[in-house]
Amino acid sequence: MEIVKFMLMIGGMVLVTFIPRVLPLALLGKKELPEKVVLWLSFIPAAVLAALLAPSILLKNGNLYLSLENTALIAFFPTLLVAYKTKNIFYTVSGGLIFYLLISLLF
Amino acid sequence: MQQSEESITKENKLTAKLNDSSLKDGVKDALPIILGYLPIGIAYGMLAVNKGLTPLQATAMSLFVFAGSAQLVSIEMIAAGAAVAAIVVMTFLVNLRHLLLSASLSLHLRNLPFYYYPFLGFLITDESFAVAMSKIESQKNKQRYFLGLGFTAYLGWVFSSAVGAFLTEFIDLGSGGALDFVLPAMFVVLLVMQISSRTEIIVALFSVFASLFFALTINGSWNIILATVLAAFLGVYIDGNS
Repeated sequence: MEIVKFMLMIGGMVLVTFIPRVLPLALLGKKELPEKVVLWLSFIPAAVLAALLAPSILLKNGNLYLSLENTALIAFFPTLLVAYKTKNIFYTVSGGLIFYLLISLLF
Repeated sequence: MQQSEESITKENKLTAKLNDSSLKDGVKDALPIILGYLPIGIAYGMLAVNKGLTPLQATAMSLFVFAGSAQLVSIEMIAAGAAVAAIVVMTFLVNLRHLLLSASLSLHLRNLPFYYYPFLGFLITDESFAVAMSKIESQKNKQRYFLGLGFTAYLGWVFSSAVGAFLTEFIDLGSGGALDFVLPAMFVVLLVMQISSRTEIIVALFSVFASLFFALTINGSWNIILATVLAAFLGVYIDGNS
């Protein structure tokens, strides 16, 4: 990646990751956020992860990819089960990779 | 006489500090986190190099940004030719949750000298937060515990991304294949860990459909941002009416 573009990107990313991490901790509840804002914020993690997940397994080259040949889509179901049962990143990612490999060998 | 008493107190304080195992406990508790970071960090490093960063750039991003999902998303966006502004906005949204993690951690890390907070804050991740919330209560020196925990995990993240990034240069594994499933698999488990109410299930499902809809209708990577913001509003609306 071109160095100037990279520096701009990293600079921006550092700012927007550092500030939300440090600010609440440093302000230490001196001022509470409005209840509605806290509620809205509390939905962000689930919303953003779902929004990221769906295209990563259901789209291919900008089109819906609903097919038995869509390995990621098939592997999603056993991976979800492992995630639900273990709630553990390591087990889920390793399990997901194994399912993906097995499915791509079988189909 | 007084002087020697003073030196004894000083010595006691020093021993207390050395005997305090908070830092060591933190380091130890980070080991499972590192185990989880290894495959993801290596995959990140490889993907980053495959999609156009130099190994040094890929490692620098881990060193300065230290946010796994945001880094992986930014790599996807770089590959798709997204604008820097879109990548930064996306990073902000992916990491908005840190506001909440930071706010709840502040209940345990109160009244410290101000210079502590940039370091403690930088080390907040989903994983360090999750571990800290279950273990920090029993620690004598909570800031030392969190520094030990967070910094060890940070080293693990930088190390594993560097391994992935520099390995790719010598062993061309190419893109595609199972490696491409690391990110979705991580999203699956993080999503499952996030969901604890019916409203959150509805929010997630709505977000899935909205994200697909916008991806199919609007160019660029704005589908994630639009779906996230709308789905969170839906959550507020549902909880406000129940």
